[in-house]
Amino acid sequence: MAIGKVYLVMTLGFITVLLAYQLVGEVISKGLELPLPGPVVGMGLLFVTLLIKGNLPEGLKKTSQGLLSHLSLLFVPAGVGVMMHMHLLANEWQAISVALVVSTALTVLVTAGAMVGLTHLTGDKPSGEEIKRD
Amino acid sequence: MTEGLYQVWVYLSTEPLLGLTVTLIAYQAGMWIYAKGKLNPLLNPVLIAVVILVGLLMVTKTNYQTYFDGAKFVHFMLGPATVALAVPLYSQFKKVRSTFPVILTSILFGSATATLSAIGIAWMMGASEATLLSLAPKSVTAPIAMGIAEAVGGVPSLTAVLVILTGIIGAVIGPGILDLFRIKDWRARGVAGGTAAHGIGTARALQVSEVAGAFSGLAMGLNGLATAILLPLLLGWLF
Repeated sequence: MAIGKVYLVMTLGFITVLLAYQLVGEVISKGLELPLPGPVVGMGLLFVTLLIKGNLPEGLKKTSQGLLSHLSLLFVPAGVGVMMHMHLLANEWQAISVALVVSTALTVLVTAGAMVGLTHLTGDKPSGEEIKRD
Repeated sequence: MTEGLYQVWVYLSTEPLLGLTVTLIAYQAGMWIYAKGKLNPLLNPVLIAVVILVGLLMVTKTNYQTYFDGAKFVHFMLGPATVALAVPLYSQFKKVRSTFPVILTSILFGSATATLSAIGIAWMMGASEATLLSLAPKSVTAPIAMGIAEAVGGVPSLTAVLVILTGIIGAVIGPGILDLFRIKDWRARGVAGGTAAHGIGTARALQVSEVAGAFSGLAMGLNGLATAILLPLLLGWLF
């Protein structure tokens, strides 16, 4: 029981930490009229905090894993909102599909190409399990 | 009896409980189908859940606002979940610290390609401004992409769907493109997958290589941050 209670308190504490970072992020984003969404500012601040702190508290790791294990559930309600914009999809599906497929293919290619080129330039060649074997 | 049932429906259709419950059920149905289909990216659980729910709302003639009054409790968790993305970002960052400058530079190229090419192609094909702005953050993980869409004047719910479609496309065609160009470095393959196809690309990378998964996860987080910072500046200059 005691372990369960401590775990519960830790989780609650770290959920509070996440909300507090979001809150500070929202305040900074709105206050400075940044185009960055508040939660993204909060994420950046938490990342910097962890870098400065130099380690990751176990409770924060567990709490985040719990929250992120069902991350994709969280954007279902917003996704359903697409029903109000069916006319956009119906009228512009050709432009949207071509843009999605071509742009995604280009992004894969440019990003991988940059990685290969830059690792080659810096002499950081892949080794061991970094190489795909056919 | 029918009258009684009708009264129950009238009551439930105005309460948040129903919207919340059907959201969880539809998502779990999506997860079940995805698992049955051996995690095939085409059977994306979010897309399945969205299709089920849109169908249900249309059949019962329920408007979106009524549904969202219940579903908003799930939606609210997006904010803290976005903040929580800092944790895997930090864990992956520690693993790949020495290669970090190279990764960041590659992601900046990827982010610029993803946004500029999507906007450019859709614009040439006559898409409306609302579509262009919703399309721009399509390669970014959904919680961040929706925030970006809102910030730049796009339609967040359209962005959510376009992001998922992008993830599916990337997971399906990405490995083939990389093979075609004989890119065998798992680090490059991972960074490309995470930058172009966010969490869906990362899930795909994790299925084949732990190295690719780690690099992909890092790329997803960094691309989200980079695009959130750069896209509003770019759009301010374009529009």
